[in-house]
Amino acid sequence: MASRQPKIETQSLNFYYGSKQALKNLNIACHGNRVTSIIGPSGCGKSTFIRTLNRMNDVIPGTRWEGRILLDQEDIHSPELDVVELRRRVGMVFQKPNPFPKSIFDNVAYGLRINGLRNRDRIEQIVEKSLKEAALWDEVKDRLQENAFALSGGQQQRLCIARALAVEPEVILFDEPCSAIDPIATAKIEDLIQRMKQHYTIVIVTHNMQQAARVSDYTAFLMLGELIEFDETKKIFTAPANKLTEDYITGRFG
Amino acid sequence: MSRTSTRKKKAAQFVGFLLLRTCLYLVLAVLFLLLFDVGKKGGGAISWEFLTQTPRRGMTEGGIFPAIFGTFLVTLVTAVLAIPLGMFAAIYLNEYARQTRTTRVIRLAIRNLSGVPSIVYGLFGVILFVNILKFGTSILSAGLTLGLLTLPWTITASEEALKTVPNSYREGSLALGATKWQSIRTNVLPYALPGMLTGTVLGLARAAGETAPIMFTGAAFYLPFLPKSLKDQFMALPYHLYVMATQHHDIAKVRPLAYGTALVLIAFVLGMNMTAVILRSKLRRKRK
Amino acid sequence: MTKRRLRNLRESAVRAFFFTNGIVVILILIGIFILLLYSAVPAFREIHLKEFFTSASWDPTSPVKAEYGILSMIVSTLLVTLAALVIAVPIGLGVAAYLSDVAHWRVREIVKPVVEILAGIPSVVIGFLGIVLFGPAIGKIFGLGNGLNAANGGFLLAIMALPTIISISEDSLNTVPAAYSEASLALGGSRWQTLVRVKIPAALSGIIASVMLGLGRAIGETMTVLMATGNARAFPHGFLNSVRTMTSNIAIELGEVPYYTTHYYALFAIGLVLFIITFAVNLAADVVLKKYQEREQ
Repeated sequence: MASRQPKIETQSLNFYYGSKQALKNLNIACHGNRVTSIIGPSGCGKSTFIRTLNRMNDVIPGTRWEGRILLDQEDIHSPELDVVELRRRVGMVFQKPNPFPKSIFDNVAYGLRINGLRNRDRIEQIVEKSLKEAALWDEVKDRLQENAFALSGGQQQRLCIARALAVEPEVILFDEPCSAIDPIATAKIEDLIQRMKQHYTIVIVTHNMQQAARVSDYTAFLMLGELIEFDETKKIFTAPANKLTEDYITGRFG
Repeated sequence: MSRTSTRKKKAAQFVGFLLLRTCLYLVLAVLFLLLFDVGKKGGGAISWEFLTQTPRRGMTEGGIFPAIFGTFLVTLVTAVLAIPLGMFAAIYLNEYARQTRTTRVIRLAIRNLSGVPSIVYGLFGVILFVNILKFGTSILSAGLTLGLLTLPWTITASEEALKTVPNSYREGSLALGATKWQSIRTNVLPYALPGMLTGTVLGLARAAGETAPIMFTGAAFYLPFLPKSLKDQFMALPYHLYVMATQHHDIAKVRPLAYGTALVLIAFVLGMNMTAVILRSKLRRKRK
Repeated sequence: MTKRRLRNLRESAVRAFFFTNGIVVILILIGIFILLLYSAVPAFREIHLKEFFTSASWDPTSPVKAEYGILSMIVSTLLVTLAALVIAVPIGLGVAAYLSDVAHWRVREIVKPVVEILAGIPSVVIGFLGIVLFGPAIGKIFGLGNGLNAANGGFLLAIMALPTIISISEDSLNTVPAAYSEASLALGGSRWQTLVRVKIPAALSGIIASVMLGLGRAIGETMTVLMATGNARAFPHGFLNSVRTMTSNIAIELGEVPYYTTHYYALFAIGLVLFIITFAVNLAADVVLKKYQEREQ
């Protein structure tokens, strides 16, 4: 049962890289405790879209946006909402696992330390809790001081998930989280996402349609920066309303 | 994890970035102070007479023309030794030599030789050129010593320039049936040359400003005549400045002249630097 | 001869030409070391190695007993170098961090060539300014007769080491993978936290290498210290003492030393020590840089 108001949504969002328009008039609403997936052919703007939700595009020079992006009905660009605070509330897991060149423990503890937590015991507690949530604890509990790069790709990605969970976000964005890792690790992460939605709002970008069908409650189909169709996942994949959607899903292009 | 921690983060960032900015301002301030001091006090001494006449009355009057001339000559000798030898050696190392561990060690050794103190090159120059080869204290000895100082620099700079030429250029021409030398001459050198020339001119600029290598191999404080051959001693700007600032019998009186010498030397060296950079961008544009 | 034979002959000639050049250069560079060695060794027929390195008394022209201890000079060199690093490392790193993380690209475009200008100023000019400008300032601040001492030398050497530290540290910071910075920002880290906790630790090897190269430059500097540090032979007791570094000593005495005496050879021995130290420091810096580049692959 979705809560009445969407947790995070965009209204008439236009996005430009310099003079090139990448997103056109997007109205997408993601509901709390649900998984929303964004699908579409390469270059349709999926990654660009998800990065607007935590203002990661701000670090790219020459970008500009129009429209509104709301978190809990609050405009994320308003001067009252600091972008640093926003990014703590809206976490992100990237396409290519990017652990810091530090130990496993320090990776997960990083978010806690930069937010001022100093109590060693508390940090250890939260690190353990996050690693358990990310289904990685059993595999690393005896080697927390080892460098994160000693882990496999799938493990590194779960480490990044644990790292993001440690700061207790409300929304978690996944930008093609499984495209760089093997199928077995992928299955583990998909399981994880299903369990995580009980506590978090999840938005996931994926080019793998089967993954979208398995994992998400709602699906948005984008093409060339425009929203073609947005509906419950079951409906999109069994009875899409738009012909373009149907063509994409049946593999006629993309 | 609350709003206050965000405020703390912002405050820390403000202070931190302010500290960084202060570092930059400190460095810029020192540089400007330096240039301003030399520019102002040196500018006062510069005149046409200063630049074109020989010194008189024990250096307290007159000009520094012989020093300018001497620096120019010795830099020329340096160039003759360091430029061709350096460029050709770089071409050999980068294009012909097999890339074994030995060549890598050699390359490392060459790069590190450019960090050896200039006075050590001076020692070497005294032993080899002044004594063993009996060139005596002369433009030749000093120029050769400076040439040795500049050689590792020229080689390294030329090698860097050659390395930036993509391998596909070389392979492309070889695949069409060109010989190795042909492909180097037509497909590598034209692209590497601007960088090589820039590197060498920068090395020469550094050599022109060096004092220690020429102090004991040929530079003299006062000579009544301009040098007529390579075997003569010579006056040089950096050595002239050194003596005027530390050894002259009336340091206070000649201080303005010392400032003037410093200004001319800076102008000479920076002028060469700028020429090198302009040369490189001009040649690059011609390539396109 | 056929066209092909002629062409092959030409190719071989060209190759031989370049090969000879390469060999000549390598021989020259090896020759420098060997000649230095050859000129330094005779010194140790008269001087005990132990005395050379541990005695603080350098008095080769003494009518009573010639002494050849370079300890004072080594300590002097160390003092000046230490002073230089204490000033140049934090400030250089600060400027590098500012340029790579905070400055607008237009500021970078202006500052980088300006730093290059600083690097191009001849050492004799810096030494001159140490005598006329910075030395007197130090003298005034600390109430000394003149300010020609280790502190002055250190300050000037810092000016000379700064461009190296700034440019290489900045390069190192710029090549830290963007993925690390993005991860930190996405967790709610501020740019400052990202710089201090992620970027600088990741770029540490490159930064260390730049400091070592700056160190090598400081140790080997001759004219600046010769002009600005006072050149007293006594064992220094602090940064405000007048000091005589190894490089200065050679420069002072080489002009008057009679050729082929023990004193003469001893100066070469000092030169050899300098050669080995600076070569080793530069080599170590190269190794650190290479390891850092490899790790980033």
